[in-house]
Amino acid sequence: MDILKYIELVFSDYTLRTITLGTAILGAATGMLGSFAVLRKQSLLGDAISHAALPGIALAFLITGAKDSNVLLLGALISGLIGTFWIRGIITKTHIKSDTALGLILSLFFGFGMLLLTFIQKQPNANQAGLDKYLFGQAATLVEKDVWVMALVTGICLIVLLLFWKEFKILLFDADFTKTLGFNTKTIDVLITTFIVLAIVLGLQTVGVVLMSAMLLAPAAAARQWTNSLGKMVFLAAVFGALSGVFGTAVSATQNNLSTGPVIVIIASVFVLVSFVFSPSRGLLFKQIRFIKNRRDLKLNKTLAFMYHIAKTHDNIAHPHTTKILNNFQGFTKGTLQKLVHKNYVTLDGNMWSLTKEGFNAASSLYNQQQSNE
Amino acid sequence: MDQKIAIKVDDLTVAYNYKPVLWDIDLEIPEGVLMAIVGPNGAGKSTLIKSILGILKPIAGSVSIYGKPYEKQRQLVAYVPQKGSVDWDFPTTALDVVMMGTYGSLGWIKRPGQKQKKAALEALEKVGMLPFKNRQISQLSGGQQQRIFLARALVQNASIYFMDEPFQGVDATTEIAIINILKELRKAGKTVIVVHHDLQTVPEYFDWVTFLNVKKIATGPVKDIFNDDNLTKTYGINYKVSIQE
Repeated sequence: MDILKYIELVFSDYTLRTITLGTAILGAATGMLGSFAVLRKQSLLGDAISHAALPGIALAFLITGAKDSNVLLLGALISGLIGTFWIRGIITKTHIKSDTALGLILSLFFGFGMLLLTFIQKQPNANQAGLDKYLFGQAATLVEKDVWVMALVTGICLIVLLLFWKEFKILLFDADFTKTLGFNTKTIDVLITTFIVLAIVLGLQTVGVVLMSAMLLAPAAAARQWTNSLGKMVFLAAVFGALSGVFGTAVSATQNNLSTGPVIVIIASVFVLVSFVFSPSRGLLFKQIRFIKNRRDLKLNKTLAFMYHIAKTHDNIAHPHTTKILNNFQGFTKGTLQKLVHKNYVTLDGNMWSLTKEGFNAASSLYNQQQSNE
Repeated sequence: MDQKIAIKVDDLTVAYNYKPVLWDIDLEIPEGVLMAIVGPNGAGKSTLIKSILGILKPIAGSVSIYGKPYEKQRQLVAYVPQKGSVDWDFPTTALDVVMMGTYGSLGWIKRPGQKQKKAALEALEKVGMLPFKNRQISQLSGGQQQRIFLARALVQNASIYFMDEPFQGVDATTEIAIINILKELRKAGKTVIVVHHDLQTVPEYFDWVTFLNVKKIATGPVKDIFNDDNLTKTYGINYKVSIQE
């Protein structure tokens, strides 16, 4: 299928349109909120929350006997919140460190959830099939109603984010200081955490319990590479998340119906990879390029400085010397000499070099310049 | 001398788990002093400041600022936390961090405007960081980061300033710049309380000192109580300093 045809299909085909819209909104919401999780160094919290939601889904089904996705997600929300506040409780009230608390709650809730799932599967209820789709998600089950719920929650989340932007930012940066200013840090904290839980629960149907945390982290980690402003980071993370959803759906729909959730996660990871390598200020590629360039400049400066010290001892700075006295220890290669000539710092006459006035001045201000650059 | 009492601490006791970190502290800090809190590591210096500011909950005791509980007097108090307490790779600029000092007076939801920005720029100017206002904070040196924190407190325009080791890890130039600003604050009638480590500079920088080692050892004017006796009581070893008169 070519791209144009696919795009046409997205607008005309009801199911595809619903899924594309759903995954895009989901990606935007998780990207936005994921930025806060990443900056609070609570990256793994998302993983714990999504796993903690599983028993809620199973219990909601056992109690109602129906497979209405909104009811199941309400169950997920409740058990996700319980898990989250247990984690917080463990961290603040005991000596157990946060990674241990996260691991404990994650495995406890997930184990209990799996237990309930196998129990449900043994039931004679014909309705039970398909609950396990929440493990890895199944975007194909998204219907218009689900997308509306997603849009509504994302909308509310956006409004809250804009209203309390200042409070969120200062809490993320300096919690103690925020407290001394008179803000109730607990309220802000609960607000952020609740929305993170909400976003995760929304994504369970599409991406599933196991991979959901990647939706939270990947767009945020990618966005951080491109900007040093919190606002831009949150915006970029939302865009990356939404694009992951759209591209992920496209790939999965066109390639033999590959499972959508994992494809979305892989696309999001591609965003991360590209950002890590190609970001101009933080990326590995440009870091390496800067490193090589600096090393080359240093070699050049070393040679120039050496020439300067020799030339200084003569009345005539342009007094010629043989190239034999230059060696590799001073950063000298044929290349650096050619570059110095090219810069008009040095003139060459056979095997003899001499410093120009320009070169002499450049060399004498070499160290001063470095100081003023500091 | 009849001076107003800016901060009064009564019977303050703080414990992490079972071990008391601060034990039955009584403290009266008069208005307009530049005071150092000194004591060995683990003496509870930062804890004392944090308890006064309500960041930590004491298990007993009370604190009052100009006769009223801290919660009612927040606007009068500014705080400079330890530099290492925050993540300097946070995506924000120097100006933005200084603006945070105005958030307290703004209250919930309201955004900072031109007035707050102007105040922040003035504070940046005062600490000599105006040329760096748009710098990402991770690209500032340790001393510059400390100045940004100081500017953030200046923006709060308070009467009382609490500073947790503002001289930690800064070079001599920055240290002089900071102490000059603190002395200016005192001249303007503000009260400044500083957790301090370098005993040699106490007589030169401060006019008031509190010796602390879980219990309060002594508090008063530097010229009266900054002596070998109190230093030995606080640090537990025979301490000799020579104070140039």
